[in-house]
Amino acid sequence: MIFLTTGTQLSFDRLVRAVDEWADETKPSCGIFGQVLPATHDPYTPRNFETKARLSPADYAEVFSKASLIISHAGMGTILTALTQDKQICIMPRQIKYGEHRNNHQLATVERLKEHPRLFKARDEHDLPRCLDAAMQAVGTSQTAAIDPFAATDFTDKLRKFVLNTGK
Amino acid sequence: MPSRPMLMVVASAGGHWVQLMRMRKVWDGLHVTYLSTEPGLADIVKTMARNEGNPPPKFSSVTDANLSEKLRLMRQLFEVFFLVLRHRPDVIITTGAAPGYFALRFGKLFGARTIWIDSMANAEKLSRSGQEVRKYADLWLTQWEHLARPEGPHFMGAVL
Repeated sequence: MIFLTTGTQLSFDRLVRAVDEWADETKPSCGIFGQVLPATHDPYTPRNFETKARLSPADYAEVFSKASLIISHAGMGTILTALTQDKQICIMPRQIKYGEHRNNHQLATVERLKEHPRLFKARDEHDLPRCLDAAMQAVGTSQTAAIDPFAATDFTDKLRKFVLNTGK
Repeated sequence: MPSRPMLMVVASAGGHWVQLMRMRKVWDGLHVTYLSTEPGLADIVKTMARNEGNPPPKFSSVTDANLSEKLRLMRQLFEVFFLVLRHRPDVIITTGAAPGYFALRFGKLFGARTIWIDSMANAEKLSRSGQEVRKYADLWLTQWEHLARPEGPHFMGAVL
């Protein structure tokens, strides 16, 4: 299954439409399911898959774990969750010029994030089909490349030291 | 045995929360109150604590709000205020956004030591709440080395 998620806060129809058009073209062998917040004005209804506006944390975790490919806005939460679970993830940044976010930090995320064999970055909706094709090809083929579920210990050790110094 | 610090760990649901949970070795074995914006996370942190052999954490959820939702933001502010007042944590750790900012400000008011870890999503400049929290954060951190400055924000590492 392919899981499309646009996060919990804002709609992102440019991504939903691009995924729908890609599905029209390529007729992927597995189904797509979307957690998609509808746009407040003239929301886009995809032809190729079902969507739900919100999922409980438990449902989200279940859908996520079943998916073989994640398609998402360039949000750190989804990226970290996908890489921890060794899933292919294809990301596309929200942009302020389309009213998709309050600033362009997702563009910076896409530019600055280190390369990872599971991470596929699309600049925009025109770049997305290439990115999705590449991600689909890589499903099940590459070696496991999951990231550790915990941040690096040198970082958390320093923070813990600071915390423990405050004992009363 | 010396008494150990009581922590309040705060993040709005979504990316801020996912990042904060990657740091949970920081409070391994300590008494923790989690504060977020999604009630469904309560079960998840409780299961996680049990699986990892930690004391059962407390969890409270507050109203979700962003900077453009003034009324909801006010509600969130009051909810966070009363939770900080009730728990009186020794340390507050947060990755943001709004509830973390409020918790850190109130925590500081009640004498807690405070840690702000700006979200990794802010790779070009610190978040707005991250900039505004500066004077109140005992540890004022960015997760991007190129954003660190001698006067802060400082860089100690990142969750990825």
